[in-house]
Amino acid sequence: MTRHLFDFHGGIHPSERKDISRYKPIRTIPIPDRLILPLQQHKGHPAVPCVKKRDYVLKGQLIAEPKDMVSVGLNAPTSGTILSIDNHLVPHPSGLSDLCIIIEPDHRDKWCQLTPCDNYQELSPEEIRSRIRYAGIVGMGGAGFPTEIKLHPPKASKVNTLIINGAECEPYITADDLLMRERAEEVIQGIEMMSWLLQPTECLLAVENNKPEAIKALSSAAKYTRIEIIPIPVKYPSGSEKQLIKILTGKEVPVGKIPANIGILCQNVATAAAVYHAIRLGMPLISRITTLTGDAIEQPGNYDVLLGTPIPFLLESAGYQAQHVDRLIMGGSMTGFTLHNANVPIVKNTHCLIAASRNELPLPPQPQACIRCGMCAEVCPSELLPQQLYWFARSQEFEKAEQHHLFDCIECGACSWVCPSAIPLVQYYRFSKGQIRQQKENKRKSDQARQRFEFRQYRQARNTLEKEQRRKARAETAAQAKQQSIRKKNIEAPKSKTENK
Amino acid sequence: MALLTLTSPHTYGNNQTRTIMLTVILATLPGLVAQTLFFGWGNLINTILAVIVALLSEAIILKLRGRNPIPNLKDYSAALTGVLLGLALPSLVPWWVTLVATSFAIIFAKQLYGGLGFNPFNPAMAGYALVLVSFPLAMTTNWAVPMGIGTHTLSFSEAFRHIFGFHITQVDGFTMATPLDVYKHQVSTHTAQEILKNPIFGSWIAVGWEWVNLGFLLGGLFLLYKKVFTWHTPFGYLISLSFLSLMFGANADLHTPISLNLLAGGTMLGAFFIATDPVTSATSNKGKLIYGAGIGTLIYIIRTWGSYPDAVAFAVLLMNFAASFIDIYTQPRTYGHIKPKSRQHKAESK
Repeated sequence: MTRHLFDFHGGIHPSERKDISRYKPIRTIPIPDRLILPLQQHKGHPAVPCVKKRDYVLKGQLIAEPKDMVSVGLNAPTSGTILSIDNHLVPHPSGLSDLCIIIEPDHRDKWCQLTPCDNYQELSPEEIRSRIRYAGIVGMGGAGFPTEIKLHPPKASKVNTLIINGAECEPYITADDLLMRERAEEVIQGIEMMSWLLQPTECLLAVENNKPEAIKALSSAAKYTRIEIIPIPVKYPSGSEKQLIKILTGKEVPVGKIPANIGILCQNVATAAAVYHAIRLGMPLISRITTLTGDAIEQPGNYDVLLGTPIPFLLESAGYQAQHVDRLIMGGSMTGFTLHNANVPIVKNTHCLIAASRNELPLPPQPQACIRCGMCAEVCPSELLPQQLYWFARSQEFEKAEQHHLFDCIECGACSWVCPSAIPLVQYYRFSKGQIRQQKENKRKSDQARQRFEFRQYRQARNTLEKEQRRKARAETAAQAKQQSIRKKNIEAPKSKTENK
Repeated sequence: MALLTLTSPHTYGNNQTRTIMLTVILATLPGLVAQTLFFGWGNLINTILAVIVALLSEAIILKLRGRNPIPNLKDYSAALTGVLLGLALPSLVPWWVTLVATSFAIIFAKQLYGGLGFNPFNPAMAGYALVLVSFPLAMTTNWAVPMGIGTHTLSFSEAFRHIFGFHITQVDGFTMATPLDVYKHQVSTHTAQEILKNPIFGSWIAVGWEWVNLGFLLGGLFLLYKKVFTWHTPFGYLISLSFLSLMFGANADLHTPISLNLLAGGTMLGAFFIATDPVTSATSNKGKLIYGAGIGTLIYIIRTWGSYPDAVAFAVLLMNFAASFIDIYTQPRTYGHIKPKSRQHKAESK
């Protein structure tokens, strides 16, 4: 039964370059001698450490607790001692540091007490969600949104369609491909658990049709389930949530709303596998599959790495050729960011590392003038006018950029890819968004300052008025008292005069 | 290890501005070949002259602006302007007309606005309009006689010498008015049948001109296939021109018929090479349709009720004024947004 598929506007077909890494099975690497775990590897409030320096922890033990509703926990990837809880460089485009728990493994890899569950249907939905939260599970496709919150949509939004995203549309990345091929059972069972929680009418697993082996493996694993495996045509960015929803259902997520508002929920395949591990086996999220690729790696492929593994260690294990590398990218070639300093750890949403020479990823050509050809608008999946956004960003007319729906830009990079004048368009949009946010923040602060100032004026005026009133009252009482005493004196004084005579 | 810090995306497609410009120049070849076959070497000589003048003026101005001329010349946009002017100007026009038109186009209509991408007016058409208005005699008496009509078509050296101001011995007329010009001026006093007896109209539509226009149409279709531009502008242009020609010009005794409007004069050159200039046309697809339709309408109006027989240049320049305005009102719908029904919705969403 083939499902009718729709198409989204635009999209591009960059060269996939997945052959570098898709022909080898998933490999593991030894345990490094340091694990660096940032407390913030997800959207929402950072986790709060519940261990101290010099504590001994077991594999899988909770070392940081979630705080507030939108948060997840953090678990020790292996047994060892807490070396410190300190600032360390974290993988972020800014290159800044953040608070991390640093563990020194003892290489005994001893698990803590696990609570597996043979039949998840015996647990209550709250119990399942709590396990997911404390297992530290976040969206593994890159967004890092706490999965527990996503699986708990507001009562008003009943989920009719559960979409599992196995598209992996970005060039170079093959992590999900290998996961679906080698661990299809885990993925399918994880989806079943999520499906049981949400009770959707239909459950769709979308895979781009450049992954025939994965489709075959998933189809046989899902044979006796209600999950439909749906091959979709190869186009970048089909794996973007909004675009995937359009492809599978023809519906669009309204601006300012989330997919749950139209009865749809999306999860990544790796998230589903992590849910399986957490509920069925009781194992929290402590490792993930990362694609290591690029021509400066001797043994490219997919590696199952412990979270917190320092990247230099991982690169060495895969035969890193430092003399050839020109660019180290965390992420895919369309949306990944460059690492200036490789001394950062693998985190929950590190799905790919590209170590490329200048040959493989040449320097960007010199940008030329915009000739207004309109190719950017033809490929934009959000149906924006990138050309106009570019001109507004250049002339710093941020209001007009916002009116042209700048914040609907998903920063996929299709416009920059297609531009014949090699203009780095996405850079301009990021700059504009940053400026607008800064302006709004400044305005909010100055509004607040103005309010406080006005209140201060009012308060001071009120105080002066009260003081004045009190002073008047005092003056009156004083005047009255004086009058009384004068009267008394007058009555007494004549008496004394007559006495003296 | 010194690692580069760059922003995404990290790979690029194969599109290049210079490739687009070269493809457009290539696509003019069928039309240029037709022009040379039917009207002699004048167009080719003027085209080469215009390209040289364009490159030189751009290099000089870029130097004055403190920019390095070589990378900018390499995007072939100046060369393209030169080619378009060479094709649009009458084939035997003197060298100084070409010089003035091309240098004005590059210096004033392009570089003084900031160079490639910053000009609001189509440079080639600005240059053409300037010389049409300033040197009306030179621009109307230098259209070559098509081959097969006159007694003698100029050879290469004769054409060269005429263009560069040297006297040639041939006394017989080697220039005549264009078909559109002839029809326009005679339609008020003659019937269609009488006018069409003029040998310039030949057995089909207009000797030579029909093939030139078909050549440019072929080039335009090639560019559409290569996705250099979308179909919206040429479609709007041709449809509106055809529609008006049929509505008003159905009676060939009163107005120029549709066949002449479409296949005589600079119509096809305008449709596929001038109106589609991306820098000066509208941005969104709907805007391009309106822009193209506007040009077609203005061409018809000026040709029929104005004083110029071939009005492509003025129509394009007038619509260039309107392009930004069209853009404001033809913003496409963005993903997730409902279509704004009216300005009220826009005011509410502000």
